[in-house]
Amino acid sequence: MKVLVPVKRVVDYNIRVRVKADGSAVDLADLRMSLNPFDEIALEAALRLKEGGLAGEVLAVSCGPAACQETLRTALAMGADRALLVETDVELQPLAVARVLHAVCAREAPGLVLCGKQAIDDDAGQTGQMLAALLGWPQATCVSELQLVEGRIRATREIDGGQEILETRLPAVVTADLRLNEPRYTSLPNIIKARKKPLDSTCPAALGVAVAPRLQILGVSEPARRRAGVKVQDVAELLEKLRQEAGVLQ
Amino acid sequence: MAVGREVMAYDVVVVGAGPAGLAAAIRLRQLNGALSVCVLEKGVEVGAHLLSGACFDPRALDELLPDWQARGAPLHTPVRDDGLLLLDARRAYRLPLPPRLRNRGCHLISLGQLCRWLAREAEALGVDVFPGFAAARVLYDADGAVKGVATGDMGVGRDGKPKANYQPGLELHGRQTLFAEGCRGSLTREVFERFDLGRDAQPQTYALGLKEVWEVDPALHEPGRVVHGIGWPLPADTYGGSFLYHLDHRQVAVGLIVGLDYRNPWLSPFDEFQRLKTHPVLRDLFAGGRRIAYGARTLVEGGLQSLPRLTFPGGLLAGDCAGFLDVSRLKGCHTAMKSGMLAAEAVCAHLEAAVAGKEVLTYPERLRASWLWQELHRARNIRPGFRRGLWSGLALAALDTLLFRGRAPWTLGHRADHLALEDLSRHAPIAYPRPDGVLTFDRLASLQLAHVHHEADQPCHLQLRDESVPLTVNLARYGAPETRYCPAGVYEILPEADAPRLRINAANCLHCKACDIKDPTQNIRWTVPEGGDGPRYGAM
Amino acid sequence: MTLLVLADHDGQRLDPASRSVLSAARQIGGDIHLLVAGSGVEAVAREGAACAGVSQVLWADAPHLRDREAANLAAQVLALAPAYTHILAPASSCGRDCMPRVAAQLDVEQISGIVAVHGPDTFTRPIYAGNVLATVQSRDPVKVITVRCPAFPPVGEGGAAPVEAIPAVPDLGLSRVLERRLDDSGRPDLGRARVVVSGGRGLGSRENFQALLQPLAQRLGAALGATRAAVDAGYAPNDWQVGQTGRIVAPELYLAIGLSGAIQHLAGMSDARVIVAINKDPEAPIFQVADYGLVADLNQALPELLAALG
Repeated sequence: MKVLVPVKRVVDYNIRVRVKADGSAVDLADLRMSLNPFDEIALEAALRLKEGGLAGEVLAVSCGPAACQETLRTALAMGADRALLVETDVELQPLAVARVLHAVCAREAPGLVLCGKQAIDDDAGQTGQMLAALLGWPQATCVSELQLVEGRIRATREIDGGQEILETRLPAVVTADLRLNEPRYTSLPNIIKARKKPLDSTCPAALGVAVAPRLQILGVSEPARRRAGVKVQDVAELLEKLRQEAGVLQ
Repeated sequence: MAVGREVMAYDVVVVGAGPAGLAAAIRLRQLNGALSVCVLEKGVEVGAHLLSGACFDPRALDELLPDWQARGAPLHTPVRDDGLLLLDARRAYRLPLPPRLRNRGCHLISLGQLCRWLAREAEALGVDVFPGFAAARVLYDADGAVKGVATGDMGVGRDGKPKANYQPGLELHGRQTLFAEGCRGSLTREVFERFDLGRDAQPQTYALGLKEVWEVDPALHEPGRVVHGIGWPLPADTYGGSFLYHLDHRQVAVGLIVGLDYRNPWLSPFDEFQRLKTHPVLRDLFAGGRRIAYGARTLVEGGLQSLPRLTFPGGLLAGDCAGFLDVSRLKGCHTAMKSGMLAAEAVCAHLEAAVAGKEVLTYPERLRASWLWQELHRARNIRPGFRRGLWSGLALAALDTLLFRGRAPWTLGHRADHLALEDLSRHAPIAYPRPDGVLTFDRLASLQLAHVHHEADQPCHLQLRDESVPLTVNLARYGAPETRYCPAGVYEILPEADAPRLRINAANCLHCKACDIKDPTQNIRWTVPEGGDGPRYGAM
Repeated sequence: MTLLVLADHDGQRLDPASRSVLSAARQIGGDIHLLVAGSGVEAVAREGAACAGVSQVLWADAPHLRDREAANLAAQVLALAPAYTHILAPASSCGRDCMPRVAAQLDVEQISGIVAVHGPDTFTRPIYAGNVLATVQSRDPVKVITVRCPAFPPVGEGGAAPVEAIPAVPDLGLSRVLERRLDDSGRPDLGRARVVVSGGRGLGSRENFQALLQPLAQRLGAALGATRAAVDAGYAPNDWQVGQTGRIVAPELYLAIGLSGAIQHLAGMSDARVIVAINKDPEAPIFQVADYGLVADLNQALPELLAALG
């Protein structure tokens, strides 16, 4: 079974971004970019399936500018067998990515798509579900434990206030949550080996997919900073304020 | 754990992807495309740990890649205007510009950007550049010569035991290993001690540089403007100075350099720096602006007389870890590059000629015949002249540069910075104002703008030789100076009920190395954490 | 404009999050229909009918809708979709799971996790883990939206909408829920608690942390949190950590006790609606963000507070 792992190039998760002075966009100049951490977890899960004899080829796919090759090289260094870049300089939104991946799936016929539950830049958390819907496949989102049992997936999902165990048939789309695994480090020999692995490139037009954005970003801002409130004299005054003024206590 | 590590062999292993290491790697491949060269970098990417002013003299770059302009080198802001100010608490006095501080022909740059570009050039020439891998140990052959370095193990827990994602480091063997780690490199320190490289030199002397980048009101922004300052906020007995560089894109780099031979243990370089921005002639520039980056790094100031032996069997030193900064011009980038290029030329000749012996003895010869040597020779008396304070230093500097033009018949000496600290009781406390959140900030707020990250579950990379010294010596005699000189708030004395205790917030570390230098009994040893950890400077 | 809101529920009761979504829907304007899909959920439908602003409840009942599995639920929404200009759901596990399927099948981009409504097609949503707010305008014919509930005050009672039973879509049979395990430790989950009581190093010891904060949290039905410093000092377990490297919380009430307000910590709690700080250091930075500050010795103030709460 071939596993397809979509990976996104995002700003390093340790970097706190700022908005441009004119409020038009987030300023990413000179910032370190990396593989979206949730996608890294998804890739690790795919590699473990392969190492466990449950999956065959692991194909990493990225959509975006040429610089995404770097992200794909990282995926190859981690252990993906092959990579595909769908290159475009258009700002891609989740539906556009899902449609591109849909077209790639038609070509590659994977038995499983494993991706991150969300990208840490736009925090949309949609692409996996959208792809599943376009393919007419089942999905298991926010997965923290994954088993392949007799051609079906048994997944533990992180849900509000607890967990659920979901069984789906294959092919399916699975999105990875933080607790699914801890990804491996890349090693120097694997980085060098990755240079020789195939990294193909195509573009949305060649796949017959229109990717123009549907959502227009009118502006970005940083959340307002909180201001100091009042100092109270004692516990009695505090409780009175919380009950009468703030209304947070009965 | 050393059994069965993987080995990768190169002709030359370079430690550190800064200006020296990358210039060396490029030069090696330019001279001989058959030499295999790799560059290890502990930062998560090239530039992540680089910080400099920087007012850059392109002389070495002109020699390395003469068509740098066509190749898109990030030199966007030529210097248009130079100034030197003497500050007191309220006013600024314009001083005549010493010839060596004239910066026409130089460019205001980000060293991080420059090196990212150099790394791409190096890769295009076939150099293997490996960011995110820290060289953690020096490897020696049976004869005691350096045979390479080992990268650090990844995935080791706080308790020293391997975690589930443990990955052993590997050995990189080189016919020659070039250490280009920057100021106070941790492996450089090891080979320094092992080969006694400092035996014929003065002790090295250091400074701590703190820097911020601000986005300022376009009306106050003058791209290409350089302002150097001396005097306030530093007391006259403390060597140092400030810089203000108007870059492009409405950005201004501001910084304070504080000599680490300061005596007063109450001094806090970080708080002095914060105070600098409140000076009446500076504050308006920042008041309407926004701080976008912060960082700190030590630099070498010893100059020629502190230059150690540069070669030893199997290896050599280049850049700031050797001590090539020209303190009279406040510039180290071009000298670092030039030293790397000279080292590369010597190594290449050595390897090609199959010279007997493992030491590249022609490197110092090439150095002495170069403009780099002349430049450092002229500068050699500037820094030590300031040991007795600002005024005598200025007088000596004027005498040296104006009268003798660097050819004075004397050479002044240094002593080690950690010995300079005096007992707390001999000094009055310095009361620094609280940060206002507009012009001035605390350390933790500042660290956010350095994007520092360290894996929390790993052995502490700041090692104490003696666990009791922080309290019995540092706290008792000097009032825990590490809590003040550390620009990242790594060191903290916890006033626990029974007894105070030192806490090391290693995750905050900016890799500046000030503690490794300034700790009064040299009890703190800075070692590399996991590869990729540390600050993630964008364009510092 | 007619808006469809997909209700969240546990099979018995309407989830309060749905009332916040109704509130967001009212800000957009137009007729609001509420879809209650599940198995044996007539009571939920009736509860929805009483919510202020709802003009119609659509009630789809079938065994295969019980677990609100994404594909079936999306199909149920899609069956109704042509009649609506906006389709909204809470940004809950269920909404996040199901709504992108709806959007993809309608060939529209979803607008995820909105925190403000500026008009029928313009919304604000947080990106970069809440460090940036983006205002976006949708050009799609149908707006598919998930709503971050703390950003909208829940609607109250006062509605009297008709409840219409609609046919359930057939079971797609793509997946099934085998088991659902909800935490029932009695203490609310830190990420979802209405009240959080958080302690810092000012508590002084693990014992104090327990003795002073535990009863207060118990009394307020609050989750317990801690600063990184307190966790590092061993006063509290790792998973209590609130802050940039820990949990990000946005409760109604956040009690910051004996903590200075390090910026890493503030990054994890500054979205709380009301922040109370109790600290003996009047200069502690936490007071700069607290709505109510009390400068006091914890060892006295906390027992006093507990006693006063009764």
